[in-house]
Amino acid sequence: MINGVEVASHFRDVNHQYASNKEGIWLFMVTEILMFGGLFVGYIINHTIYPEVFAEGASYLDWHMGFVNTLVLIFSSLTMALGIYFNQISKPKWATWSLAITVLCGAIFMVIKYFEYTHKFHLGIFPGRMINPERMAEEGHPMQHANLGLYFGFYYCMTGLHGLHVLIGMGLITWVMIRNIRGEFSPKYYTPIEGIGIFWHIVDLIWIFLFPLLYLVG
Amino acid sequence: MAGKNNHHNNGSENHHESEVHITPLSTYLKVAVALFVLTFLTVTAHIYESHYVTMAPFIAFGIAAIKAFLVMAWFMHLKYEEPSNRLIFSMGFLFLAVLFAFCVIDIFTRVPQGTIL
Repeated sequence: MINGVEVASHFRDVNHQYASNKEGIWLFMVTEILMFGGLFVGYIINHTIYPEVFAEGASYLDWHMGFVNTLVLIFSSLTMALGIYFNQISKPKWATWSLAITVLCGAIFMVIKYFEYTHKFHLGIFPGRMINPERMAEEGHPMQHANLGLYFGFYYCMTGLHGLHVLIGMGLITWVMIRNIRGEFSPKYYTPIEGIGIFWHIVDLIWIFLFPLLYLVG
Repeated sequence: MAGKNNHHNNGSENHHESEVHITPLSTYLKVAVALFVLTFLTVTAHIYESHYVTMAPFIAFGIAAIKAFLVMAWFMHLKYEEPSNRLIFSMGFLFLAVLFAFCVIDIFTRVPQGTIL
């Protein structure tokens, strides 16, 4: 214990521990950028080669849904930043509320995503070869291009992987929120909230690019 | 910094708190308002995109890039982060740019042949 903060035995002091924790989080963020980046590059390559297939696929997306989800995620990023801020200025109760609102925004995002997904499933739209042309014709949206499943392969992979990050982020924020209620954080020590905050902001960052890519440009 | 703290007898007891920059609440709110405005702007541009079809992707991704900068600089505190961590994070984007550049070069320099598909 140094200055009331638990310091693991392999660290010299609090600063050393804090710097190492932050460096680890940033290295993890690099892997996130590269993972989603690979999908973005794949999308752009196939969009360039098959523009008509992607235009048809994008016509099934409603930008209003993506727009609302963008606003929800931006607001959640603000409350996440405030969750750290209120701990820095010794207002842990305010921090708890900020974190709770962040989790709630994540849940709203996932509910909207759920409605988008189930609507597509209803129309027979599934990724890759699982797409159901008979069902689509029955629902009054006959498939125009035989490889439409390619577009929805990208759509479900990218939004699904992003949605998984939102769910994991909600779990992690709930965990630090419970620790915060228990009084484990103070202006001297709030590293877990900060690390999870950086993760949550990268989820927002990825959505900031996914929204125009899928819903606006198509 | 060293001069300010030399009244402490043990340097290792100086907590990182003394070095951490606390962003004021008003700054967070301004950044959030800017992000909301930019989101409305990108959607407005999308509604009128029939007037400038070829420019539409550049406008949409240009606005997204500004939003990304705001999130990274203020919400992720990169503006006040250690230079080493800023370098680490920028490496992700650098190698993504390498991947993207080589893919673009590959696709746009291929000699058309009978497709295998």
